[in-house]
Amino acid sequence: MNHFLVLPIVIPLSCAVISFFFWRRPALQKVVGVVGSSIWFAVTLLILHTVRREGIQVTQLGSWPAPFGITLVADTLSAVLVLLTGLIVLTTFIVSWSEIESQRVAFGYCPLLHILAMGICGAFLTGDLFNLYVWFEVMLIASFVLLGLGGKRPQLEATIKYVALNLIASALFLAGIGVLYGVVGTLNMADLAQQMRGPSPPNLAPTLATLLLIAFGIKAAMFPLFFWLPASYPAPPPPVSAVFAGLLTKVGVYSLLRSFTLIFPPGNHTSLQLITLLSALTMLVGILGAIPQKNLRRNFSFTLVSHIGYLLAGLGLFSPLAMAGSLFYLVHDIVAKTCLFLFSGIIERLTMHSDITKMGGIYRSHPLISGCFFLLALSVSGIPPLSGFWGKLLLVQAGLNGNAYNLVAVMLLTGLLTLYSMMKIWSEVFWKDSTRDALVASRSPERVVPLPMPLVIPVVCLVGISLLMGLFPSPVYELASEASRQMFDADAYIQAVMGGKR
Amino acid sequence: MEVELAVVVGALYAAGFYMMMRRNIFKLVLGLALLGHAANLLIFTMGRLVRGHPPVMHTREIQLRGLFADPIPEALILTAIVIGFGIQAFAIVLVKRAHQTPWTDETRLE
Repeated sequence: MNHFLVLPIVIPLSCAVISFFFWRRPALQKVVGVVGSSIWFAVTLLILHTVRREGIQVTQLGSWPAPFGITLVADTLSAVLVLLTGLIVLTTFIVSWSEIESQRVAFGYCPLLHILAMGICGAFLTGDLFNLYVWFEVMLIASFVLLGLGGKRPQLEATIKYVALNLIASALFLAGIGVLYGVVGTLNMADLAQQMRGPSPPNLAPTLATLLLIAFGIKAAMFPLFFWLPASYPAPPPPVSAVFAGLLTKVGVYSLLRSFTLIFPPGNHTSLQLITLLSALTMLVGILGAIPQKNLRRNFSFTLVSHIGYLLAGLGLFSPLAMAGSLFYLVHDIVAKTCLFLFSGIIERLTMHSDITKMGGIYRSHPLISGCFFLLALSVSGIPPLSGFWGKLLLVQAGLNGNAYNLVAVMLLTGLLTLYSMMKIWSEVFWKDSTRDALVASRSPERVVPLPMPLVIPVVCLVGISLLMGLFPSPVYELASEASRQMFDADAYIQAVMGGKR
Repeated sequence: MEVELAVVVGALYAAGFYMMMRRNIFKLVLGLALLGHAANLLIFTMGRLVRGHPPVMHTREIQLRGLFADPIPEALILTAIVIGFGIQAFAIVLVKRAHQTPWTDETRLE
């Protein structure tokens, strides 16, 4: 038994409490944020290392044995996601150094970000379905306030949409949990898996699977339920939308992956077919929504929705190879999408616009940053040898093996359309000459806006990580295939949590 | 008793979704509250509605026998009520703030 699995939850909580002590000292709060999240990132590295070396790690909170107490479980999937959460939150804190005005910090920006991080990590680590609901709520409450902080009208309207949709999802999730407890009599995920695979599985399983699919689908921004995302993500300042884009929808995706591999046993083909169909529609509708968008961050939001489809395609195909592809894509997507939204901050700072037709000329004034964006855009579109390519390659391969030709066609078409959308942004924002509007906005034609280092360095680092993942894909591939193998081996998970008693 | 509660839960869900589809932002918040109550009552019903059978073991028993009121759904509901209460309070303040904050020229441009 390892108690260090509690650390990714305890560290952000302590940082939040420490930040409360410095309520009137915004600068100190930012220092606590950066230092705390660095320590936290180191701990998440340690957890991944331990999980790789010693297998699935389990902590029974309060030493209550498995089905009775709350269990924290870290398998490779959870450990990788916790590590990425640590990375993204650290990045966000560094960027917040220059991008978040002290007025916002004075209203509790830093503690909220810590609590958001705690909620996300708790959701990734917990092995109990009701506890997952509680972590969802922790995360949501923090994200509601982060989204609304600032109090401008567009932000408040975005928050109302976001709150309403997420509360519906929570209510459905809660109802699902209630019925699940009523028919199975347990909420521990390993115990649930055991009961569902037992000799007499409960009759209501398809109903419950659908309830959870809808609830998690809303959180993951899956096809018919994604419209809240482009309505709300463009509103908050760039670091906030970056951390939301990188992590929040991924918690929904994680819950879907976990519940449909562990809790609801395979063999339920209708729900897998439904997920495949929905993932294809998510990809297509998302990217078709992105192409006509003139607002930079709305465009990125639709791209974000579209690429959720790739993460669900692996679940729909339901083979270890496809799952490995989806997980590779998940790692890439968290890094790339965060970076994309941070870039929107850089671009809006340089051009003082959010409309891409009124931008231009950044390549002339900032060639290095523009080069980074170009790499990132190619990576998001999945051009070899960048990180977005490998996940897609594995998914396409798995799709061809599974004779899912329609899905493969949709995946390739989405990649192409993403390339079109990204290149449109590249030519509008970076390549073409400054428009007259942009000149008026900047007042002097030869003005070179200095970019703050805390904004540039993290962005360049994230692009570097994406590039390295593309050039040396084998470590990430090994991680992804190991995680996918563990996900398909429910017995090992049950064994690790329940301690061998069947 | 289960049948009556099932009807009540169904009615609460129906009322909640109906309220949310009205074109009034405050009714949206009321609808969300009703949905939360419906989910809580649903969990409560799943915990077996029996009277006078607390989950207490008598001496020399090693297992609870027969029908008994399951305490876990009640614990779950308590947690859910507290969370729902906090979120509803936030939602009401949010709606009020959005109602009071005017559109300015600056925000229109964004």
